[in-house]
Amino acid sequence: MELKVKKVQRLDGTREALYFPAIFVGLSLTVKHFWRNLFGSKDVVTVNYPEEKRHVAARYRGRHRLTRLENGFLSCVACYMCETICPSQCIHIEAGEHPDLSVEKYPTVFDIDELRCVFCGLCVEACPKDAIRMDTGVISMAYTSRQTFDFTRDLLRDNYDPKAHSNTKYEDHDLPSPTSQSEALPNSKGVPAS
Amino acid sequence: MEVLLDIIMIPTVLATIKIAVIILLFVMPLGTVLTLMERKWSAMIQDRVGPNRANIGKFTGHGALHLAADGLKSIFKEDTIPKGADSFLYLIAPFFGLIAGVATFAIIPVAGPIGDFTFQVTDVEPGLLFIFAITSLSVYGAVLAGMSSNSKFALLGGTRASAQMISYEVFMGLALMGIFMVYGTTRVSGIVDGQNEYWFGHLIPMWGVLTQPLGFVLFFTALIAETKRAPFDAPEGESEIVAGYFLEYSGMRWSAFMLAEYVALVGVASLITTLFFGGYHVPWLHLWDSAPQWLVTVLQIIKFSVFTLFFCWFQIQLRWTVPKFRFDQTMALGWKKLLPLSLVNIIVTAFVIIAFS
Repeated sequence: MELKVKKVQRLDGTREALYFPAIFVGLSLTVKHFWRNLFGSKDVVTVNYPEEKRHVAARYRGRHRLTRLENGFLSCVACYMCETICPSQCIHIEAGEHPDLSVEKYPTVFDIDELRCVFCGLCVEACPKDAIRMDTGVISMAYTSRQTFDFTRDLLRDNYDPKAHSNTKYEDHDLPSPTSQSEALPNSKGVPAS
Repeated sequence: MEVLLDIIMIPTVLATIKIAVIILLFVMPLGTVLTLMERKWSAMIQDRVGPNRANIGKFTGHGALHLAADGLKSIFKEDTIPKGADSFLYLIAPFFGLIAGVATFAIIPVAGPIGDFTFQVTDVEPGLLFIFAITSLSVYGAVLAGMSSNSKFALLGGTRASAQMISYEVFMGLALMGIFMVYGTTRVSGIVDGQNEYWFGHLIPMWGVLTQPLGFVLFFTALIAETKRAPFDAPEGESEIVAGYFLEYSGMRWSAFMLAEYVALVGVASLITTLFFGGYHVPWLHLWDSAPQWLVTVLQIIKFSVFTLFFCWFQIQLRWTVPKFRFDQTMALGWKKLLPLSLVNIIVTAFVIIAFS
């Protein structure tokens, strides 16, 4: 096999040996950028992340949420479809009977360990009731303790505000009157939600 | 009050006050601000944002607080000495560069004299030869740091620094010979006053850059190589020897190296202004006979500062424009091209001076 040789075009001659023409061409470019950006950062494309956020596509798979029916009850019927299909086994559901007879079955516990989740979206596709979605647009979850990543049922609800994480108030449509928050919302490891 | 004035007028005291004022009000603040400005300006050149995170509450000052943050961080960092290092040389090495950079300002006038009072620490007869002596001293900073660190990379950096700086010193001196010949003195005040003469009546000032264009280019190149900045930054050589001669340093001693670099940068800018751009002389100002003395002095200080700032900016701009020379290219450029050129410059200047006198 013949060896392939690529001839590189090299600029030679006095113009290159003088250095100055090339330096001035380069300087004109950098000075142009410098002056353009000195007054108003015209060419800068950086997004100052925590202050500015990029547009998140509608189909982006972000943090989960549990949708609700029009009457405020959770859409979830605790069918275990999502728990079964989940490849990283991060969903834990416990079904229970609802005091309101119009609801046949509902999850008393619905935990997602967001540290194990691989955000594949299979749970969303598996759900027959459109009860779980990943359209919150939350692209990053950064907390200081591991417990915080164990999202319990009520943290997953669509009115959940990540900034008021620890003191979220829920409208109680689907809980049999909890006596305390820790009793009402134990997660899959028995740790009360912080 | 009169006693105080008498004390101030003692030459030693006066010189000390001048040193303090020039260094504390001009050189050090400018050098410190330039460490931030280099990061900020390079960001602008490269379409980035640059440092803007340091804050007090909501106030960031477009990154200005990074100065304070960096300073605090350097002070509180541990001052490490590597195992097997020559600790005495290791500890004193950072200050050679800094002292050499600051000493440059001893002979630079920032404004014209008022009566007996000069805006210059000392106007020594050897003048620029003093600069050559001082800049050769700054080699020791790099060499000692590289030698005493007990690190291969630092040693390589120190060796490169010594080779490069000694080579470029040769024609740095030769490049200035033209200036000495044109203005007939090595005294800085003489050179500055010589640039206040005019060609064609009052049309074009006899600035060094016009009488010695080649000398200007050569001298500027040599000075950039002396300060070890890009394109001649092989001694620091980020891509191959990490940080070169000051690789092992930490904390405030590392900052001393950085500060020395920027003080040297200010020194280069003010030298270029003084020798090639008329120093403090505002061109065509002598046509305004009735100008009050204070206004003239203020204008002279402004002119000097503006030109110095411009050349600080220009050096930073050059650094972020020109790719680095390989070390053998640096040497080849110095010995094979710039040295012969500076000799040619001397000969041509001599012939021109003889022809026109």
